[in-house]
Amino acid sequence: MTVLAAATPALGDLLAYDFMRHAFVAGAAIALASGLVGFFVVLRAQVFTGDALSHVAFTGALAALAAGLDPRIGLFAATILVALLLGVLGPQGRADDVVIGSVFAWVLGLGVLFLGLFTRNHSGRNSTAGVAVLFGSIFGLDAGQTTVAAAIGAAVALAVVAVARPLLFASVDPAVAEARGLPVRALGLAFLALVGVVAAEATQAVGALLLVSLLAAPAAAASRLTARPLRALALSGLLAVAGTWAGLVLAYLVPRLPPSSAIVAVLAVVYLATVALTREPRRGPLH
Amino acid sequence: MAAGDPHVSWNLLADLGDLLRFPFMVHAYAAGTVAAVTAAVLGWFTVLRRQSFAAHTLAVAAFPGAAAALWLGIGASWGYFGFAGGAAVLIGLAPGGGNRRFGGSSAVVGLVQAGALAAGYLFVSLHGGNLNGITALLFGSFLGITSGQVVTLTVLALVALGVVAMIGRPLLFASVDPVVAEARGIPVRLLSIGFLLLLGIATAEVVAITGTLLVFALLIMPVATAQLLTLRPGPGLALAIGLAVASTWAGLTVAYYTPYPVGFFITSITFALYVGAHLVRALAERAGGAPGTPGDVAAGTRP
Repeated sequence: MTVLAAATPALGDLLAYDFMRHAFVAGAAIALASGLVGFFVVLRAQVFTGDALSHVAFTGALAALAAGLDPRIGLFAATILVALLLGVLGPQGRADDVVIGSVFAWVLGLGVLFLGLFTRNHSGRNSTAGVAVLFGSIFGLDAGQTTVAAAIGAAVALAVVAVARPLLFASVDPAVAEARGLPVRALGLAFLALVGVVAAEATQAVGALLLVSLLAAPAAAASRLTARPLRALALSGLLAVAGTWAGLVLAYLVPRLPPSSAIVAVLAVVYLATVALTREPRRGPLH
Repeated sequence: MAAGDPHVSWNLLADLGDLLRFPFMVHAYAAGTVAAVTAAVLGWFTVLRRQSFAAHTLAVAAFPGAAAALWLGIGASWGYFGFAGGAAVLIGLAPGGGNRRFGGSSAVVGLVQAGALAAGYLFVSLHGGNLNGITALLFGSFLGITSGQVVTLTVLALVALGVVAMIGRPLLFASVDPVVAEARGIPVRLLSIGFLLLLGIATAEVVAITGTLLVFALLIMPVATAQLLTLRPGPGLALAIGLAVASTWAGLTVAYYTPYPVGFFITSITFALYVGAHLVRALAERAGGAPGTPGDVAAGTRP
């Protein structure tokens, strides 16, 4: 995945390669969408749901591969469907930990079965496909995939910005929001569907297993830096994009470092830095 | 997956002999039994304390541990237990880590988890990137368990279960009602960290069988199934242990006769039992005898 053409990568050549340009464009779009959606995921205490969806993404992609389809069809179908299912099952669109955990463990088990089927039917290829889905392959995107990823990322970001105010209200105080006539339950479901789209999209960049850091780290860092919710939302998106780009540069400079590991490392450092810099957490939206 | 393309003859004695012909299967059954018992006991407290997300994180932390141990050329068990224990202390000490209903803390737990997976991927990549090795670490494999590992697993399981037997009562009290327990002088925070450490041991044991990503199958699902059927702690715990052990044995047996991974079979069996318990409960409620709400074990523990 991290096969680099140059033996000693120079920073000046960073954008000379197609795969790097694709990674920067797709990475920015995916990170922006993840950062914005992630803010609400953390605010609504649905990190576990996002995590469950990322596991579903794995099974969806491998089911599609085992059936001989484009893995992206399986990714989107599985994550959006399960997101809506979790929303319908749980009270007020928030499902119970044990229910989510049990379902996603079984779903992952199914994914392993599909991986086994796929590996047996394509004996020439080993489990590379499974590992690519689990840990992402952002340096492997072609022009078409980049365009699709950028378009979907931008659409999700726009959707989040459009519903930001009512969603914020419904997340912070669902009872009062309901009394004021806001469709709290519908908003919750729509939001979960957005999380599903992001999970499917981000799987291509950082992989199903590392998705949760792209969702949680920028949001948690932003909420420590500012107490105002809308400012924190914007900051969360910005931090996600900056962290992703920094991770990509880092992975480019250190060839043995997988890009997804680099992105997660940068995001974790950003979060830890905000924890160190802001001793007392402010009375932000998340605290 | 197993050597010699075995098949079921339906002659039970012959099949049993066939199953136990290879030492690796004997080791797998022994390790699986030990892991299932430990997992059910610690899982029971985990569900009670609503810390299943933390349990998942500890399991995930075992993955870089095993990957690092492979990379450095030391035993995988060291990596499993070292990293799972380290993550347990980290979560326990993190701001708000002991507080389960805190949205920010689940973000911290999620970060620890993703960081651990990213580190594991890096270690495998440094090791030279055997991608099939990643799949075995993540989704379990019962082929490589040595007799030394069985001994390590058993000793650690006995230690963990012994500690649970000693701190069981205060831990139960602190889990059901932390505020009152604190007022009565029980060291709630210390118990919380201690419990996470024990949970780290239990998850590392399960990881050896089901792989990092499928620990829920043995840690949470048998307990959740048992709690749907009975709320009394004693029978519930016994039922959870029975279900976990039976599922592990059945999963290992089926996996021996088919080319597919053991993790898939164990998760499918425990999940089917969980769904079945939901159905039984729904029928019982329709008949009129509702035994309480699921997950509300506290109701059954009060005198």
